Amino acid sequence: MLVPQEFKYQKTDEWVKIVDGVATIGITDYAQDALSDVVFVEFAVDPDDEISAGDSLATIESVKAAAEVIFPVSGKVIEVNQAVVDAPEILNDQPYGDGWLIKVQVADESEMDVLLDAAAYDAYCKDR
Amino acid sequence: MFTPHTIHDVEVMLKSIGVEKIEDLFQEIPEQFRYPDLSLAPRLTEMEAVAELENIASANGTTKEFLSFLGAGAYDHYIPAAVDNLLQRGEFYTAYTPYQPEISQGTLQAIFEFQSLICRLTGMDVSNASHYDGATAAAEAVILATGHFRNKRKKVLLSRALNPQYRQTIRTYMQTDGSLQILGDDAETGIDIKNLIAQIDNNTALVMVQYPDFFGRIIDYKELVETAHANGALVAMAVNPTALGLLTPPGDLGADIALGEGQPLGIPLSFGGPYLGFFAVKDALLRKIAGRLVGQTVDAEGKLAYVLTLTAREQHIRREKASSNICSNQGLMTLAATIYLSVLGKHGFRQVSNLCYQKAHYAAEQISSIHGFEVMFPETPFFHEFVIRSEQPVDELLEHLLDHDIFGGYKLENDYPELQNCLMLAVTEKISREDIDYLCNILGEVDHD
Repeated sequence: MLVPQEFKYQKTDEWVKIVDGVATIGITDYAQDALSDVVFVEFAVDPDDEISAGDSLATIESVKAAAEVIFPVSGKVIEVNQAVVDAPEILNDQPYGDGWLIKVQVADESEMDVLLDAAAYDAYCKDR
Repeated sequence: MFTPHTIHDVEVMLKSIGVEKIEDLFQEIPEQFRYPDLSLAPRLTEMEAVAELENIASANGTTKEFLSFLGAGAYDHYIPAAVDNLLQRGEFYTAYTPYQPEISQGTLQAIFEFQSLICRLTGMDVSNASHYDGATAAAEAVILATGHFRNKRKKVLLSRALNPQYRQTIRTYMQTDGSLQILGDDAETGIDIKNLIAQIDNNTALVMVQYPDFFGRIIDYKELVETAHANGALVAMAVNPTALGLLTPPGDLGADIALGEGQPLGIPLSFGGPYLGFFAVKDALLRKIAGRLVGQTVDAEGKLAYVLTLTAREQHIRREKASSNICSNQGLMTLAATIYLSVLGKHGFRQVSNLCYQKAHYAAEQISSIHGFEVMFPETPFFHEFVIRSEQPVDELLEHLLDHDIFGGYKLENDYPELQNCLMLAVTEKISREDIDYLCNILGEVDHD
């Protein structure tokens, strides 16, 4: 299971990375493995939507389950990754790369403080 | 009262929970409420009870004894004997919607064939395994559309010429959504489709029309569909399946959702139910459709098999995130419709459709030549239902017809105050030319002063 050092995580299995005030958000390697083959991604928001941490970001449907993806931070949606809608298998292949889901202009970077770092998320997953 | 337990069984059970007699189980209920006087009629023997029920039932007039021109959403078609005969086979008759579905391959195959037939009829891509009836299927279309736009579009437009019961059911379903506006069917908008089109905007999630409309009229919805799509809205058409034997299917007209009442497809009137709602969509809405979907696949040995598919959308998996609480279907009624369509076949079904059309037009023509009656909407084509206006109040007319063993039709002014003295008549293939002539004779006797 891959848990890149440079990201922050939440227990609902999303990763987030902030560069110049813009958060990129996706689902973790653990999540894609648990879901198995992802067949459908539906975003719950559109660009320019104001969102809060805890809001639903997208629904991901795999061959065996449907899961909600939850915003780890608040702000304004800048971009959704249309590529994963057209080819959902990218989420399985590259959850931390081309399989990113959404970009958000972050309102308050201190929200990152409550998220898990790589070591804590790794330990959390191993304990499940 | 029959209980399957012997006195001995009861004793053993009472002993094991530590009470002496059955009455002890009810000690928690305050004494004055424990054995209330129910003031029931004296008890009857089974023979007496059956006689009484038959006596009550015989007060009903049915289409067996009466000549019926009643329609308005439920239609008296001939049902081939094979439908009931096959339907009552034990393998099918006991099956409710299957909860361990893949073991019931026959049931799943029947549902799959039903879905395929509905797609062929409507010209849509995907059909679900059915809803309770046409009205609830219409409500599901509204739920689908509002969910499709993530509740960002706050307006749903319903044609005033959509079955009033469907509109009522939609409002019941959506009553907890305070921000949703359900418009378009007010008296001021009226039944002219142009006024409905004028209300379509980019806040509109769905426009729902009926085809043929509630009055039996065949309206050209081209401009409505184009306007709706130009504004990004979805279009739902509530369709009469029998009419689709002749008419261009809703899929070809650009409908995003086609739904309707499946009762005309081999299901008896039965005083209002059980009926059958069908629901079909274009590919783009595949994952938004509520209820069950049966798919065809192959098993591990490569043999043809049927499965419930795309169940991740459903209530039992998505729980509170599911858009609909439907996770069941009208199994037996679905089967009836499947057998009906299969027995009639493509040509037989078209023949039924054509007979309805021709006979209704003969009836309208004959009635229009009777003094004191006028056929409404003469410029608009219709299918097997039409509206007449009488110089007499409709109640008196219906009473007069009933005296001659005729259910005259549906009185419109309760739902449409603007249609005073208007009666709607449906003509199916069961009505003969002699029947129509008889109706006209009786109408000709009506005294217009």
